[in-house]
Amino acid sequence: MTNVFRAEGLGKTYPGVRANDDISFGVEAGEIHALLGENGAGKSTLVKMIYGLVRPDEGHMALLGAPYAPHDPRAARAAGVAMVFQHFSLFDAMTVAENIALGMENPPPRPELARRIAELSQGYGLPLNPARRIASLSAGERQRVEILRCLLQHPRLLIMDEPTSVLTPQEAEILFATLRQLAGAGTAILYISHKLEEIRSHCDRATILRQGKLVGTVDPRAHSARELAAMMVGAEMRLVDRSGRKPAAPVLEVRALSTPGGEGMALKQIGLTLRSGEILGIGGVAGNGQEELLSALSGETLTAPGTVALEGRDLSRAGPEARRRAGLLAAPEDRLGHAAVPEFSLAENTLLTAGARQGLIRRGLIDRKAATGFAQEVIRAFDVRTPGPDTAAGALSGGNLQKFVIGREVLGRPRVLVVNQPTWGVDAGAAAAIRQALLDLAAQGAGLIVISQDLDELLELSDRFCALNQGRLSAPRPTEGLTVEEIGLMLGGAHGMEVAHVPA
Amino acid sequence: MFRLEPRASAPLLWQVATPILAVLATMIVGGGLFAAMGFDPLAAIRTIFWDPLFGPAAGYSRPQLLVKAGPLILIASGLALGFRAGIWNIGAEGQYIIGAICGAAVALAAYPLDAFWIFPAMILAGAAGGWAWGMVPAMLRNWFGASEILVSLMLVYVAQRIAAWMAFGPMKNPEGFNFPGSRNLQQYEPASNPELIANSGLHWGGVAAILALAATWFVMSRHVLGFHIRTAGAAPRAARFAGVRPERLVALCLGVSGALAGLAGLFEVAGPAGQITESFGSGYGFTAIIVAFLGRLHPLGILLAGLLMALTYIGGELAQMMLNLPAATVQVFQGMLLFFLLGFDLLTRYRIRRRA
Repeated sequence: MTNVFRAEGLGKTYPGVRANDDISFGVEAGEIHALLGENGAGKSTLVKMIYGLVRPDEGHMALLGAPYAPHDPRAARAAGVAMVFQHFSLFDAMTVAENIALGMENPPPRPELARRIAELSQGYGLPLNPARRIASLSAGERQRVEILRCLLQHPRLLIMDEPTSVLTPQEAEILFATLRQLAGAGTAILYISHKLEEIRSHCDRATILRQGKLVGTVDPRAHSARELAAMMVGAEMRLVDRSGRKPAAPVLEVRALSTPGGEGMALKQIGLTLRSGEILGIGGVAGNGQEELLSALSGETLTAPGTVALEGRDLSRAGPEARRRAGLLAAPEDRLGHAAVPEFSLAENTLLTAGARQGLIRRGLIDRKAATGFAQEVIRAFDVRTPGPDTAAGALSGGNLQKFVIGREVLGRPRVLVVNQPTWGVDAGAAAAIRQALLDLAAQGAGLIVISQDLDELLELSDRFCALNQGRLSAPRPTEGLTVEEIGLMLGGAHGMEVAHVPA
Repeated sequence: MFRLEPRASAPLLWQVATPILAVLATMIVGGGLFAAMGFDPLAAIRTIFWDPLFGPAAGYSRPQLLVKAGPLILIASGLALGFRAGIWNIGAEGQYIIGAICGAAVALAAYPLDAFWIFPAMILAGAAGGWAWGMVPAMLRNWFGASEILVSLMLVYVAQRIAAWMAFGPMKNPEGFNFPGSRNLQQYEPASNPELIANSGLHWGGVAAILALAATWFVMSRHVLGFHIRTAGAAPRAARFAGVRPERLVALCLGVSGALAGLAGLFEVAGPAGQITESFGSGYGFTAIIVAFLGRLHPLGILLAGLLMALTYIGGELAQMMLNLPAATVQVFQGMLLFFLLGFDLLTRYRIRRRA
């Protein structure tokens, strides 16, 4: 087999961090090669070097046998390397073809481009109408746009950064069929993920990184998920402790909650009953109303009277601060800019939600010492790795900031805590700690709603499971005995996406 | 080639250095401009920045420093609240004019009564007038989503027309030989805002400016309201999550900055200006925007920036008299200052790297 891409002794040092240390590996033509590692293991630095966003300090790379040292992404693209980012860079108000043309060096005339898009998308089983607006596309379809944008360059090496994090299981299957077809045509695919099962069932080889160093390149099918996780983390994974939970009396009652659509997804007649000591998992693909549901529960969006009641008290018309005082706390998905202010210090960020419950703000006056003290308490209790409470929130890694955000709410002793994507983009160690904290909180008698797109997480945490699809919440089902396939169907299946027509 | 690299945080050093750099660049480019116009650049810069304080005529011009800086600081301290929250009141000039008119109206209605309550009532009326004029863009934004930038700016021109109407119509001095303009309040003692300490230039407006600075400093650094304002400016969604009602913040910031601008107008009309004239608005409301930014929206910075901008006013007038520099010089200077400040501001958020 020929190596399409080869890295030899790549190293990169940032001030204070050895991000990559002596990394050597190769990606062969026609293989789906996984790059596996925790957040902070050096995956993104490595990929940025390959894509020309960062220049390596040591080592060299080769592409198709020739020395390869791109100084910017444009050079990387010209050499045959394409990348699909985790976060889409698409303009909602523009059409598929317009978005793709924007990313091209020399876009052909519009009709010609539309024809090529249609042709390519049919060829790879990625049906997509070039004239549709991005705003009307599902996450899976948006990803198709990004993939098509790459395919138009006929890449020899295609890098995919956590592509399934926004997809239902069914949509992910379609994606893998497409990738398999691409690989079959000789494209090398470097697939970044930390979802072990996915890698085990779909990838040919896996290169594992830990703390910037190469652990090795292995055949993922020859190892169990536990073994892979152990290689990734460097130790046995800590199993979460689900014991000690006894769902008791209802604490939160949501009845016929609807919101107008506007820019986001409209919530339609949502109803649920949450008991104390219970974790209710709400699954769904991004953009199906998760953020709107969190806003309606946190009080950022007010709903009709009688729709949200905490322990019998109607809070539908109460704002976020009043709800927090009553014991209904929330942690939104977006850490930077929603759950925390990146420019503010951790101490100041405690004031966002803990002002009243921790006595940090009394009669309108801010007690800075108390805020610093509480920030320190969160840092200690949740093992947040940071120089101290005066550090800006934006300077923390995703996992550490998430631990801080969750910790801030958990230490607020909520009666009900609503979290959205509690472990999104968080390394395995931090994710386990966060999940354990949520389970402990439930064991102490709080009611929890965990909204997540990570089905494994929901199966691990929740007692009952509902699916949020197109702004509607399904009836809850006990998590025991639910299979991923059943959940996938509850989430709306493949959202009408067609399966790739894989040629035999 | 060079490229810009975002910084993780804005270093304090650069936050302090950029205003100073901007002042230096303004002096250099301004000097070049003067040279191109055929003036001696060094003499011009000296006349503008040095002579007002230490030159031969400093005895006259030094008190002018506080006279001019007072309203600038008073207005800027209010504007800074809104600017921190991302609420852009560009129409302080209009609120200043309306505040002056409302305050003067109380005095003119009371004339020639002699009572202790007249001046306090004028202060209230001035603040209320400015507040009301600021609430117009606030309500239009809250109810209809209208841009407060455009509405507040356009209301300046409405206010200017109202001032002209007042000067020619309802407020015209009946004993003024049919000249436009109201009675001179300096000559109506219960309504006048005199110099508090002889030859200092300090009048009640200066006192109010200091109080406003202290109050905004307290609110911004100690009170939850200031925290909400900063949060709203830095991350609007986080502010909503914290329980901030954006509409209330809009009304509060535009209302308070309007009220302070109205106060500045009242103190001006009762003091240095003395009367409502067609051209009562002299640009303080606009210059205060520069003061707020030059001072980094921070009370201490606003104090220094207000004094500096006042200096360019006085120095510009001096340069007009002494060197026959055109009157527009001051405005060019002030414009350059804001331009350079915004330009150099880039350095607080980015570092310049050589492209390898």
